[in-house]
Amino acid sequence: MSADTAKKKTVKLTLPEEEIMSPGHLACQGCGAALALRYALKGLGRNTVMSIPACCWAVIDGPFPYSAAGVPIYHCAFETAASTASGITHALSRLNQKDITTLAWAGDGGTFDIGIQALSGAAERNDNLIYIVYDNEAYMNTGIQRSSSTPHGAWTTTTPVKYFKKGPKKNIMEIMVAHHIPYAATASVSYPEDFLKKLNKAKQIQGTRFFHLFAPCPTGWKHPPDIAVRVGRLATETNVFPIYEVENGVYKINRKPKNPKPVQEYLKLQGRFRHLDEKTVNVIQDDVNRNWDRLLKLEQAFGEPSA
Amino acid sequence: MKKVLTGNFAAAYGATAAKVDVVSAYPITPQTTIVEILSEIVADGLLDADFIKVESEHSAMAACIGAQAVGARTFTATSAQGLALMHEMLHWAARGRLPIVMANVNRAMAPGWSIWADVTDSVAQRDTGWMQVYCENNQEVFDTILMSYKVGEYEDVLLPTLVNLDAFFLSHTSQVVDLYDEKTIDAFLPEYNPKIKLDVKDPRSFGALTSPEHYYEFSYKMQIAQENARSRIKEVSAEFEKRFGRKYDLIEAYRCEDAETVLVDYGTIAGTAKDAVDRMRDRGERVGALKIRYLRPFPVKEVCRILNSARQVGVIDRAISFGHEGPFFTEVKAAMYGSQIPIWGFLAGLGGRDVSIADIESVVTHMKQNEPSNIIWIGVKK
Ligand SMILES: Cc1ncc(C[n+]2csc(CCOP(=O)(O)OP(=O)(O)O)c2C)c(N)n1
Ligand SMILES: [Mg+2]
Repeated sequence: MSADTAKKKTVKLTLPEEEIMSPGHLACQGCGAALALRYALKGLGRNTVMSIPACCWAVIDGPFPYSAAGVPIYHCAFETAASTASGITHALSRLNQKDITTLAWAGDGGTFDIGIQALSGAAERNDNLIYIVYDNEAYMNTGIQRSSSTPHGAWTTTTPVKYFKKGPKKNIMEIMVAHHIPYAATASVSYPEDFLKKLNKAKQIQGTRFFHLFAPCPTGWKHPPDIAVRVGRLATETNVFPIYEVENGVYKINRKPKNPKPVQEYLKLQGRFRHLDEKTVNVIQDDVNRNWDRLLKLEQAFGEPSA
Repeated sequence: MKKVLTGNFAAAYGATAAKVDVVSAYPITPQTTIVEILSEIVADGLLDADFIKVESEHSAMAACIGAQAVGARTFTATSAQGLALMHEMLHWAARGRLPIVMANVNRAMAPGWSIWADVTDSVAQRDTGWMQVYCENNQEVFDTILMSYKVGEYEDVLLPTLVNLDAFFLSHTSQVVDLYDEKTIDAFLPEYNPKIKLDVKDPRSFGALTSPEHYYEFSYKMQIAQENARSRIKEVSAEFEKRFGRKYDLIEAYRCEDAETVLVDYGTIAGTAKDAVDRMRDRGERVGALKIRYLRPFPVKEVCRILNSARQVGVIDRAISFGHEGPFFTEVKAAMYGSQIPIWGFLAGLGGRDVSIADIESVVTHMKQNEPSNIIWIGVKK
C-alpha cells in the first residue's frame, strides 16, 4: 500500500480504545479465550470483579505474583465460578459497592459439566452477576479432553479418531433460558461489536445474565493460529454457532446468514474434524439445519412482535 | 441476657451477635435449625446480612469464600456429609487466608445413615488448615463463635475456624446461655476490615498459579499463622474473661492438680467425664480430666504440662482412624513423645452410642487392671 492510500483510509474504531487487559499473558498464539476477555473487559470496564475457576484462563492470567487481566480476580475451584461469584456479588451489595460488576468467567467444562449445579443455583436465585462461558469445546487446560460441549464428530484425546465424539453438544442456552433469567445471549470473539453491544445491554440489567461465547482454540482444534477469527466467523456463517439473545424470554436472532455456507467449509479448516467421512459430515449438516430451524421457530413464536 | 437455648440456637445467635454480613448455608440434620433460625433472623431484619440460599454445601463454602474475599464477615454451618462435600473448599478457605467461621454439628458419616454424634466428620478435615474447636456446652458454642472471629481476623492469623458441637447432645439439648449485651460484644469484636481484599481500586489476583518457587513459602506462612493463633487464642480468651467473666483456653484441666490418672477427652464427653471424676474423687481416687478444646492448633505444650505430672493417662475418642487408632489418642501420644508415662487409647460413643458416667469409670478400672494398649472399645458387642 502506498503512503497516499494509507492516508486516505481512515479506520473507524467501534470498540473502546482502552486496553484493560495487558498483553503479557500466557495464552497460546491465536487463542480465542484471550481475545474473549480482552473484549469482555472493554465492555465491562475496570469496575469489575471476577471469579475464574480452573480452566485455561487460570493459566493465561499469569502465575503469582503476575496478573494480566487488570481487574481483581478470585481464582476459585473448578466447579465454583458461579457460587464464588454469588458470594462476591452479595458481599459487594452488602458493603455498598453496588456499582461494581461481578463477572464469573469459566470454560465450557467448568460450565456445561462440573459447574452446572452451582450455575443453576445462582441463576435460579437470580443472583446479580454476569456469567460468561468462553466455549472452546473441550477441556483445553488439561490437554484437550472432551466435554459435554464438544460437538459431534470432533477428535479429542478422550474421543480418539476411531471413537470420535458421538452426539451433539449440550444446549446450554436453552438450559439457562429455562431458568427464566432476565438475559441470555450467544456471542463470538469473531464479532466483537455484537459482543460489546450485548455486554452494554447486560450491564443495565439486574440479576443473572448469561453469555455463551464462542472462542476458537487453535491448539485444540488443530488449525493455524492466524485463522482463529475466520474459523469463528465460519461457525456463524454456517449456522453451526448462531448469534442470538433471549431477553426476558423474548428471542432475537442477531445474525441471519443470507446464504448459509455448508458446514464442510467450517469443518475442513480444523484438524479435529479431518477424519470425518461424508456420511458424518451430512449428519452434522442435518443437525445444524434442524437447530437453525428450531431457533427460527422460537424467534417466530417468542420474538419481538414485529411492528 | 440469659436464655434457655439449644446448641443450634446458640450457634445461630453467636453468628448474629458477631454481626456477620453474609450467611450462606444448606440444611442437614442435625444442623438444620441453625439455617432456619438464621434465615428468620435475617428476614426479620434483626441481622443486617444477606442470606444466600445455596443449592449445596459445596456452594455454601464457595459463596462464603467469595464474600469473605470482598471483605464481608461470613458464617455457615453444616454437619457430616455436608462437611465432607465441602472438603475441597475447606482447603480453599484456609489457603486463601479467609477467617470464615463455621459451626459443624458433629455427626457420624454414612453409610449406614446415622444422624448421631461422632467426630469423624471434622477430624477428617484436620489437615485443611482450619482451626478446630470442640465445645462441651451451649454457652461454649456461643462464646467460641465470637472468639473465633476475633482470633481468626488478626492479621498475623487470618485463618478460618470450625466450631464443633455434638449432634443432639448439644444441637438439640436446651441449656441456659448468657447472650450478654450488644455493646459489650461490639466492644469485644470490632468490625471486620481486612487490608487485602477484592478491590477494583487495587486490583489483585488471589490464588493464582503458584510455582514451587512460592508455594513452599505459602505453606510455611500458614504454619506460622497457626502458631500465632496459639498465643492469640490465649490473649483473646483472657480478654473474653475480663469482659464476660467466662474462662477459656486451648485446654481445660479439671481436678488435675494432684491427679494420678488423667482422662483426656473433648466435646460433650468432657462434661460426663467431669461428673465421673467427681464420683471417683468422692471415693478417694485421684482422677482428673483434661478437655482438649483445640485440635488445631494442637496445644502440645499445654497438654504436656498437665499430663507430665500424671502417673497414667487414658484418652477417650469418639472416632477412629481406621487401620490405626483414635485420632486424639495419636495426637496426645505424639505430644507426649519421650515421656515414660503409660497411655491407653479408648473408643466410645461412635455413631451416637451413649457414654455414661459408668462407662468413664470403667475406663479407669480398665487402666488399673490392664497393661496399656492403643485400642480399647468400651462396651463393644463383638
Ligand atoms: C475438581 C477438579 N477436577 C479436575 C480438575 C482438572 N481440570 C483443570 S482445568 C480442567 C478443564 C477445564 O476445561 P474448561 O472448563 O473447558 O476450560 P478450558 O481449559 O478449556 O479453558 C480440568 C479437568 C480440577 N482442577 N478440579
Ligand atoms: Mg474448554
